[in-house]
Amino acid sequence: MTLSLQIFQFILSGLTAGSTYALIAIGFSLIHNATGIVNFAQGEFVMLGGMFMITFYTFLKFPMLLSFILTVFSVAAVGLLLERGPIRRARSKEILILVMITIGASIFIKGLSMILWGKNPMTLPSFSGEAPIVFLGAAVMPQSIWIFGITMGVVAALSYFFKGTMTGKAMRAVAASRRSARLTGIPVDRMILLSFTLSGALGAVAGIILTPITTTSYDVGVMLGLKGFSAAILGGYGSMPGAVIGGLLLGTLESLAAGLISSEYKDALAFLILLTALFFKPSGILGRGRLRQV
Amino acid sequence: MGNKNKIFLLIYALIIFTLPAILQNNYHLMVLNVAALNIMVVIGLNLLMGYAGQISLGHAAFFGLGAYLSAIFTATHGVPLWLAMPLAMAIAGIVAYLIAIPTLKLEGHYLVMATLGFNIIIYIVMIQFDAVTGGPSGFAGIPRMQIGGLIFASDRQIYYLFWAISIAVLFFSLNLIHSRVGRAMAALSHNEIAAGCAGVDTEGYKAKIFVISAVLASLAGSLYAHYITFISPGTFSFFYSIQVVTMVLVGGRGSLWGSVFGALLLTLLPEALHAVQEYSVLIYGLILMVVLVFFPRGLFPGIGGLFAKRRTVLPPDSRERPALEKRA
Repeated sequence: MTLSLQIFQFILSGLTAGSTYALIAIGFSLIHNATGIVNFAQGEFVMLGGMFMITFYTFLKFPMLLSFILTVFSVAAVGLLLERGPIRRARSKEILILVMITIGASIFIKGLSMILWGKNPMTLPSFSGEAPIVFLGAAVMPQSIWIFGITMGVVAALSYFFKGTMTGKAMRAVAASRRSARLTGIPVDRMILLSFTLSGALGAVAGIILTPITTTSYDVGVMLGLKGFSAAILGGYGSMPGAVIGGLLLGTLESLAAGLISSEYKDALAFLILLTALFFKPSGILGRGRLRQV
Repeated sequence: MGNKNKIFLLIYALIIFTLPAILQNNYHLMVLNVAALNIMVVIGLNLLMGYAGQISLGHAAFFGLGAYLSAIFTATHGVPLWLAMPLAMAIAGIVAYLIAIPTLKLEGHYLVMATLGFNIIIYIVMIQFDAVTGGPSGFAGIPRMQIGGLIFASDRQIYYLFWAISIAVLFFSLNLIHSRVGRAMAALSHNEIAAGCAGVDTEGYKAKIFVISAVLASLAGSLYAHYITFISPGTFSFFYSIQVVTMVLVGGRGSLWGSVFGALLLTLLPEALHAVQEYSVLIYGLILMVVLVFFPRGLFPGIGGLFAKRRTVLPPDSRERPALEKRA
């Protein structure tokens, strides 16, 4: 295999992983825009997506589409409960405290999943067979196409939601200024609730489409969440196009580095990229330079 | 540091140093030795969280850096222990400074992310760089603690040494927060802009506090390595970072005595709940959530506050910080 073909192959697999990072990054952005907090439980939503799908599809033998929908609703419900429970009940609304609460929630969900689903890694069958498709000389798994397609579909649907619907516009208003949004009569609390629910749903989708390729276990959430977070920082925190670009870029860089340099340090590399981004352009690729230097 | 703190410190030291006379079980002593190390890490972290208003989710990495560097210097390269430990502390401090400089310039919680990323990088290096670190199976054969000709071999000897250092760290930190530097730090934690206007070098102080807390974690790590004589990456994973942050929050940010309480409680509690080890992750998450939701100032100050009049709930937009522990 020639080097250029190899690189092309790495880029394709990078885009697959990158798509899921993009979905996770969008989840981070949604909650950040509505509340200003970093939701550390985002990675656990992804893990739960895989776990619920396995439960519905493999254990309960529901049809795939029904399992998919049930999983999205279940994890969205977890997101809703997180907001309705600890986040809303918190006595202090200081950002730092709320962020730490999501870390607590993330550990709690992880611990509970370990008890419910055990410690062994589990997997899902691919959506449509395992036979690779040859594309411009590179082999592509059908699941990769599903991942890329579903991600793009979700992104398109979300951009329509934010630009074309009243609720979406209200959410953007809350992101711009919570106080002004409240003054214009937007139910801010409900928008915050919605942002958590949507993030849960996005995490679920990412978990479902990724599991057939990477397998899942109770402890994959932290790493996936951090990768998604790095993607969000890289693209420009809080921006949806930024999240998509950051996700795809991170996935590609990671895959290239793993293939060409060293696969052992693949995970470390993602965080090296995060640190580099923080050091040189903390507002991210699409950041509007709104970060204040203090 | 005020007479009240001096008296507390004296009583605390008296209790600590009479305890081994009652405790005959070596296992109990060992748990307390680990608690002494945790107290050092937690006090350092509390200086950062309570006074610089920043969180580090990478203290396990500094703890690990201290342990591994100390181990590599002494066991692999034959550097004497009295030199290896300060060397490890210096390296941890320099690394912390390099992380702090770019991230602390930014408003918001960028240090959380940077330290978190750093923790994971260090953890991966510990596992993958097995020619030097021993990889996943760990690093064995680390020389025991010794001062002069005296080798600290038994848990009892280590107890006196570790607790003496731990109390010294507490003494140093209590002094620090009641000094000029401490007052600047307190001003910084209340209102960064106002502190800056009053001439406090806010960025510099934040960086210095972060370096101090990293150095303390590194010291605890070195002591741990020379006590247990075997280290493996698992001890220094992200979960330990969460544990120490939980200890700070349970004890209350800004309260150093609270940190002693938090570290002791959360080190001894899992030992008491030995039967339910499977659930330890779950219980940690639950404690962290419950404490933060109901006692955002920490359990230690919170127990007192429970009997005081009901606190007013802050409006959602408020960024106000809870008042720090009243200084004597």
